[in-house]
Amino acid sequence: MNMVSFPFRRPRGKVHAPTVTLAHGGGGKAMKDLVDDVFVEAFDNPLLALLDDSAQIDLLGLAQYGDRLAFTTDSFVIDPLVFPGGDIGRLAVCGTVNDLAVGGALPLYLSCAVIVEEGVSIDLLRQIAKSMATTAQEAGVKIVTGDTKVVNKGACDRIFITTTGIGVVAAGVELGVHRARLGDAVLVNGLLGDHGAAILGARGDMALQSPIESDCAPLQDLVASLLDAAPNTRFIRDPTRGGIATVLNEIAEAAQVAIEIDEMATPLRDEVRGFCEILGLDPLYLANEGKIVAITPPDEAEQAIDAMRAHPLGRQAAIIGNVVAGEPAGRVTMRTIFGGRRIVDMLVGEQLPRIC
Amino acid sequence: MKFVDEFRDRAKAEILVKEIERLLARMKRDETRPLQIMEVCGGHTHSIFRYGVEGMLPKSIELVHGPGCPVCVLPMGRVDDCVAIAERPEVIFTTFGDAMRVPGSRKSLLQAKADGCDMRMVYSPMDALGIARQNPTREVVFFGIGFETTMPSTALTVLQAEREGIKNFSVFCNHITIVPTIKAILDSPDLRLDGFLGPGHVSMVIGDAPYEFIARYYKRPMVIAGFEPLDILQSIWMLLRQIDEGRCEIENQYARVAPRAGNAVALEAVAQVYELREFFEWRGLGSIDHSGVKIREAYARFDAERKFAVPNARIADPKSCQCGEVLKGVIKPWECKVFGRACTPETPLGALMVSSEGACAAYYQYGGVKRGRDEAEASAA
Repeated sequence: MNMVSFPFRRPRGKVHAPTVTLAHGGGGKAMKDLVDDVFVEAFDNPLLALLDDSAQIDLLGLAQYGDRLAFTTDSFVIDPLVFPGGDIGRLAVCGTVNDLAVGGALPLYLSCAVIVEEGVSIDLLRQIAKSMATTAQEAGVKIVTGDTKVVNKGACDRIFITTTGIGVVAAGVELGVHRARLGDAVLVNGLLGDHGAAILGARGDMALQSPIESDCAPLQDLVASLLDAAPNTRFIRDPTRGGIATVLNEIAEAAQVAIEIDEMATPLRDEVRGFCEILGLDPLYLANEGKIVAITPPDEAEQAIDAMRAHPLGRQAAIIGNVVAGEPAGRVTMRTIFGGRRIVDMLVGEQLPRIC
Repeated sequence: MKFVDEFRDRAKAEILVKEIERLLARMKRDETRPLQIMEVCGGHTHSIFRYGVEGMLPKSIELVHGPGCPVCVLPMGRVDDCVAIAERPEVIFTTFGDAMRVPGSRKSLLQAKADGCDMRMVYSPMDALGIARQNPTREVVFFGIGFETTMPSTALTVLQAEREGIKNFSVFCNHITIVPTIKAILDSPDLRLDGFLGPGHVSMVIGDAPYEFIARYYKRPMVIAGFEPLDILQSIWMLLRQIDEGRCEIENQYARVAPRAGNAVALEAVAQVYELREFFEWRGLGSIDHSGVKIREAYARFDAERKFAVPNARIADPKSCQCGEVLKGVIKPWECKVFGRACTPETPLGALMVSSEGACAAYYQYGGVKRGRDEAEASAA
């Protein structure tokens, strides 16, 4: 393990090579220079200027925020690395921050482990580290420890990032999927499917130009305002991979309830609808990186919507459905725009475009 | 969204459903069984499930989901041939997305890709030709699949490749033709269908004349239908009106896209590049005479079947599979012995579980009709 924590006390090294080589992963001066010049430079964080293999965090300091530690990890392997509305760095911070936030935790600290394929340009790495730093600042978290590995060409796809995060859950915040009840409202904070459509568009193999940007954003503030306005919120999830359809199925299954959503009430950007029409995809299965699904008691739904709409990341918040009776537990149905009803099931495998 | 939402209008749908109910109420018919209407095309099946159309219809109309999903009806032996071609190190195999999951006897294309084949998803055969231009040292093979809808674009790509003198591009041709298959269904002794929704996008190419025999000799009405849910409801209503008035005609609801005479340019390209095969194997339906096309001798150098000697093995459908009976409307998907048990979208045994356009996969994924009817009864009571 050549775990490197930063920042360092000694003067920071500089990288002069244009691209990452195996030397940058060798544990010697080249590696220290890379870590200094790219990561420490970007994440610079005077509060935790320890040089150990681990970052040490004051427990009493944490305890002022609540009574439970939340701890999560996620890996990011996205292609392309830079896409409309974000990049792998922004995504790596948002993903972990949002996993903490939807559990009701205040996100505080992140780690950042990077696997780089030799040949990646230093400028690109610098751009991604800078983007992580900016996003961390937006999210109110500090990146306090990290690791860098360089692998042979072909051993990974340019850059993989793993972030691990800790946050603190305030006393009294009790979110749990089992708390969903008949009549509860299903809420989202805005337009669905933007991230999935942006990535598919950016990959370029669809031969389709689209103006859609990823919704990638840190949601801790939005979740905090939602919980303030609707303190009895049952449960929150972030509908990332597999989209809203997958998350609703997971909720219905875990809570043993049936959920019905209304296609007319489901907020979708016209561009995303058009994109899906052309490619034969279902927007309900497209990934989101700046969205939540919240289940609230019916009498707190309106105030939850108002609170979210007052936040820049929740302007198009909407009630999209309810926990309903009369269907087997675990089932998600949709009242279609046409007036019919259908089951919204888990996705089998990957969404593959239809030929005709 | 303009030009889309108009065709999904809830209020108009309600009016049409009422009209359909009114027509049914006054029709003289055998009340002991439902009217069976087959939508031939998988695109219709997808829309019907996507918008919950089936649950909106009265109980006395039963939609039978036909053979018009080219991905579903592709036999295992042909998938094995694809894998054999794709496994050659010099080959870049290009395919439409939803063909990737079709099971072969050894593996699907998705598995072949995971095992290291250079498999690329494309949206058009022209994209495959582009890949051939960019990779002059590799052999680029396009997996030609689909009915008359996609047949012209493959033909035009072959003609383009010839014009450009591209030598490293070929087509593994599995294009099939819908008319002999409808005829085979009409000829089957257990046929019960009362009418057809015709495949709108096929008609956009071939026009409506090729279906005349259905009305003339088999005395069944057909309405060529569009793919939006209102198109489908209106077509069902038009079909009921024919039945009510004792007419058997080929009517066109989709005239905004499908002209009566078809598309002359597309038909010319098709005639130039392909010729009929004596027979073609269909998953679930067996071998059907003149139901597939192959590339003509004149374009042999663009024919992957000739270029790479393919194994061309015939693999029988699993015995437990009842796709054929589902396709003909003899049984409903959930009445099949293996539906949802041995045969699921993750591990499809039969054709109809393979693509989201297949009747069984649609039932499995979107569920629905039985529940929709139970609800309708409950609310009527």
